[in-house]
Amino acid sequence: MDKRRFSIQAVAALLSNANLKGFFTGKIYQGAGKTVCVPGLNCYSCPGAVGACPIGSLQGFLSGLKFRFPYYVLGFLIFFGALLGRAVCGFLCPFGFFQELLHKIPFPIKKTSFAGDRQLRWVKYAVLILLVVILPLCFALTPFFCKYLCPAGTLSGILLAVRDGMLRAQLGGIFLWKILVLAAAIVGCLIVFRPFCKYLCPLGAVYGFFNRIALYRMDLDTGKCVACGKCKKVCQMGVDPVKECNSAECIRCGDCVRACPVNAIHMGIKHTEAKNPSEKTTAL
Amino acid sequence: MKRNLPCVLLTFAGAVLIGIGICLGQPGQVMMKAVRICMECVGIG
Repeated sequence: MDKRRFSIQAVAALLSNANLKGFFTGKIYQGAGKTVCVPGLNCYSCPGAVGACPIGSLQGFLSGLKFRFPYYVLGFLIFFGALLGRAVCGFLCPFGFFQELLHKIPFPIKKTSFAGDRQLRWVKYAVLILLVVILPLCFALTPFFCKYLCPAGTLSGILLAVRDGMLRAQLGGIFLWKILVLAAAIVGCLIVFRPFCKYLCPLGAVYGFFNRIALYRMDLDTGKCVACGKCKKVCQMGVDPVKECNSAECIRCGDCVRACPVNAIHMGIKHTEAKNPSEKTTAL
Repeated sequence: MKRNLPCVLLTFAGAVLIGIGICLGQPGQVMMKAVRICMECVGIG
């Protein structure tokens, strides 16, 4: 386990949800911090949230009664993506951190891969295009991803409903559906590493596009690589760093860097000339 | 530097878009939505 990354994830989760008082009062933060989009998936209805969710905010613009091009939110996504790519997922996303903690819980079934895994990776792009962009554009005031899929929002709903009787009284069919989605996500996390990130997260889909060119990215020294396969074996996201060292699926956890016996893999902001002629970014 | 050029350009583009959004008052619009409990997000709306 990478203690440094764990610490950064914990601090990022805490900073994204720094309104600790909200967890006790059941009231959400309403301060100026909510003008700023946090880089990870963090529902702004979470009582602790001090920033705005970029995916929720994006849908807010797209599903508005009057269409406004989301310069601000899009700018944040491009800014974070260009700098960090999916390192946001690996270091800064509270929901990703939550999934990793769940995966550490012992469970009789643990899967690193299964039939259909590669095909399922494409679903998050469909979620992005359909639920985050097209449907909110077509149906006003309906953030489809937030309403029907996002388990982070369901967690927020539970935290609020525990404290607020009036809110509790309004829970109905949609909440039940979302509880089922959350339960499936939780069980999925017990079995598979970060299933939501792999198969459903539209934010991961966005940041994945930047992995190849982000400032924080991976380099493979093919001169040093001995093709031992340890990097591929240790990767919990199912990436083969030798074939695709800046894959759209890589969340920059660094496990491959630590596993490499000859230090052929480097990850960071300092880069040497490309030594991997086959370097390309592809979804699995 | 050449390899970082796309990153630099995109980071700059992102910053420009943020700036345009600020000029258009979009942070306020983000905040207006974010300071209210999103009924759809929590499973009510």
